[in-house]
Amino acid sequence: MRKFHILLFMPAAVMLAGGPDTPHHEAPDTRNGNVVVELCDGKTSLEVKGLKPGETMNPDQAKDVANQLMLAWQKKNPGMKWDMAADTAKDAKGKIPAPGTESPEKKQFETYGNYTSRDEFIWKQEYDKFVAEGNRIFHDAKAFGGTVGISCDMCHPNAANTHPETYPKYQVQLQRVALLRDMINWCIENPTKGKPLADDDTRLRAMEAYIMSQRKGVPMEPGKH
Amino acid sequence: MGFKFKSVETKWMEERESVMNELIRLPRRNFVRVAGAAAGAVLAKSLLPPHSFQLIEVVKAASPESPAVNFSIAYVSDTHIYTTKLNDRFVRSALKAVDDVNRLDPQPDFVLFGGDLAQLGKPEELQLGVQILKGLKAPVKMMVGEHDWYLDLGETWKGLFGPPNYSFDHKGVHFVVLNSIIEKDFWTARGMTPEQRMQTVAGLDNGVQSRFEVGEPQRMWMQQDLAKIPHKTPIVVFSHSPLYKYYRPWNFWTEDADEVQTILKPFQTVTVIHGHTHQVLSNRIGNICFHGLLSTAWPWPYAPEGLPKLTVQMSRANPFDMNDGVGNGRIDVLTDGLVNKIYNLWDRNPVSVPASYLKSNGTKNRPAEPTFDSY
Repeated sequence: MRKFHILLFMPAAVMLAGGPDTPHHEAPDTRNGNVVVELCDGKTSLEVKGLKPGETMNPDQAKDVANQLMLAWQKKNPGMKWDMAADTAKDAKGKIPAPGTESPEKKQFETYGNYTSRDEFIWKQEYDKFVAEGNRIFHDAKAFGGTVGISCDMCHPNAANTHPETYPKYQVQLQRVALLRDMINWCIENPTKGKPLADDDTRLRAMEAYIMSQRKGVPMEPGKH
Repeated sequence: MGFKFKSVETKWMEERESVMNELIRLPRRNFVRVAGAAAGAVLAKSLLPPHSFQLIEVVKAASPESPAVNFSIAYVSDTHIYTTKLNDRFVRSALKAVDDVNRLDPQPDFVLFGGDLAQLGKPEELQLGVQILKGLKAPVKMMVGEHDWYLDLGETWKGLFGPPNYSFDHKGVHFVVLNSIIEKDFWTARGMTPEQRMQTVAGLDNGVQSRFEVGEPQRMWMQQDLAKIPHKTPIVVFSHSPLYKYYRPWNFWTEDADEVQTILKPFQTVTVIHGHTHQVLSNRIGNICFHGLLSTAWPWPYAPEGLPKLTVQMSRANPFDMNDGVGNGRIDVLTDGLVNKIYNLWDRNPVSVPASYLKSNGTKNRPAEPTFDSY
């Protein structure tokens, strides 16, 4: 069975739907009014014959498109191995850890379960980066839009007293059930005199990640007062 | 349209206000009588959750083993002011504290300022602080905090207030004021600007800065200063950081605390009053009793470990009330040299940590338990 390395291809229109900081590529314009599909190297693309915007491909068609894209990429990069994660996988010394000795295929045939310790290493790096970004924003009086010089850590060193494990709960002062993000936004609006962040704002998401990371191991107790 | 029903909070606040108004008009000798009556009235109406608003002096008057008050010191601490243009909230809080202290009748013998007058050590912030503190009627004793220091390594502060460590005698008590926020140079090797250095020290949880210390030169000065003092003389030390080891990651800590404590060991009665921790904090190590100061700016959570056993925590602060968990207070120095420490928490009952509580190692006169524990 042919193994698929490309999992990330999507119509150009969808690529724009990411958050404000999500990297995205500019696919070339369509020539004949068909959908343009781009490989996630950001350079290789093809126009799918007969596929108009809004229409979906059947699985065979999609596989065929993926194969064509991969073939085009391999032609441009003879002898190279497709590995998007290579750069992010480097450790502190700049080395890429060796792939696990056991072949994932022997364990199971499901993509989700098909991972090695190397994959876990990469995922941890991604998680740590996200938490570090939250840490940075949490400690910067301006990064989240505060206007009076007050940063979150001034009252909450190491996110102490943010007790994310107690949310959601009925927040008496707000007279409704609140999520952690409601409280983050309350603090942004009031003590720090900023504007509340949208639910999908990367800064809000990163701050949530940082706050949670600081309470690792504490039992969840939603609703606790 | 008037409200037919009043909430419990409204009734409570009204009651508190009326009692306060009565007290302001009251000569001190009548205080105990009224305080007793008020407590009685509260009891009679069974309004009592045990720490509902009661007058703290009742406890003192009713406790025969507690010696009389020799003199009182008021304190204002950790105001962390920015320039008004950027943020006037902390300025308003500092002014509120000044008003509070000026309303004390009788006036305290002096006011201790517990350090961290400024937030980022800027000359404009410190000068604004000077103007605010000028409003105090009683004389002021200044102590330095790290927020005052690390922009220009104390240049402006010393220009305004003089040397950061000094000693004086007052009514039979010897006072020593320390600069306990000295840090080993972490900035040169990192190529930090003065602003970056200040910003780093201003944070608690970054782990980049060094730990606070009194340092050897100052410890030697202290030793010499105390050499001429009889061991029976009560000693009160003012330091910005706690002179013991509470929680290292947040610099609730003095690296050479043990050495400083050794210097204080020969004295029979020693009290350390410290700022920096922004919370109700009590400790006793041997002959030394320790009391923290409230900030006027914001409260800090209790550290996840290392909290002294004798500390009865203050309730966790209501984030929706900027006057909760903050305030100022008073230090009543008793005739035996020990102190009763009063935390005047704005928008809450005051908390008293009497000398007898620490002296009895926590067995007597325990302060009121918190209504809301820390998470």
